[in-house]
Amino acid sequence: MKNKKNLVIILIILCVFIGAFPLAYIKNSEFGGSDGAAEDVITEINPEYKPWAESIIAPPGGETESLLFALQASFGTGIVCFGFGYYFARKKFKPEEKESEELFR
Amino acid sequence: MTSKEERFIKLSVVMAMVFGVTQNTYAMHIMEGYLPLKYCLFYGVICLPFLAIGVVNINKIVNEHRKTLLLLAMMGAYAFVLSALKIPSVTGSSSHPTGTGLGAIIFGPCVMSVLGIIVLLFQAILLAHGGLTTLGANTVSMAIAGPFVSYGIFVLAKKLKVNRYVGVFFAASIGDLFTYCVTSVQLGVAYPNQVGGIMASVKQFMAVFAVTQIPLAIIEGFLAVIVVIGLETYASRELKETIYVKGGTLSEK
Repeated sequence: MKNKKNLVIILIILCVFIGAFPLAYIKNSEFGGSDGAAEDVITEINPEYKPWAESIIAPPGGETESLLFALQASFGTGIVCFGFGYYFARKKFKPEEKESEELFR
Repeated sequence: MTSKEERFIKLSVVMAMVFGVTQNTYAMHIMEGYLPLKYCLFYGVICLPFLAIGVVNINKIVNEHRKTLLLLAMMGAYAFVLSALKIPSVTGSSSHPTGTGLGAIIFGPCVMSVLGIIVLLFQAILLAHGGLTTLGANTVSMAIAGPFVSYGIFVLAKKLKVNRYVGVFFAASIGDLFTYCVTSVQLGVAYPNQVGGIMASVKQFMAVFAVTQIPLAIIEGFLAVIVVIGLETYASRELKETIYVKGGTLSEK
């Protein structure tokens, strides 16, 4: 149990490190989306290609877009954390669960 | 509350989480209008059987494994969150994890196909990421190929008696990476290079998508392990009903 706790902490630290590393290491980049980079490759391979359809609705600007993404992330986090809160409390107040090791026999 | 009402509400929760899954798109999907029509149709048709099986499986979860509904909602929400996180990568561009691998090893790949396509649909319509014309192609890569690879690796790791968490890590991370490889191949086939042909352009797209994705795939693998440890600790009752513990398919009770 304690080992698992340490493992989780180590993994979280590693995640933060991997995510932050490029920011510190690569100075002259705006970190644009890789789909934008793919568009450039398409134009390079076939300069005449014109997209034959366009998005129906596009967010008017960067602010609205970041709002939508923030909503998406917070909504998802809310559900995940609700679930964990529910399970956590159940284990605390109705401790009839078997230890996870017994899950796999 | 009658059982009908209860079912209705629970279904709505599943729907909500499914929509939660939705907005993945930003950095990885093929852009609207960037795939010739014949490919759009081809990939769209490929999706159909997987979606059909997925709907049947979700039905089964709703009817026979009610207990796991919250877990299903969490898997959807998990993919939803991950797809909103555009993380900087070593190539100097950003991309986001898919989040579909974890759900695939717990509920099976076809279930994630359904959740994935709803995410993609949402993103295509509201966020202008991905697109309706390229929906089929993006579904094949993110909601079918990725989850199936994750599931396959997890099952294989179980057979080989690899440490469970190591198996989860590789399932989630390689599934994530494979999604972007499929995207690269799809684009490469649609845009063969005049000099080197299909292989040359696949390589070019791989350099854009797959290389960017490597560190993110590792992050996704770690996150999956963290969530799995949490679920094993607190939700073992639910996990016992899923294929994560039982193996096989959802059909057995």
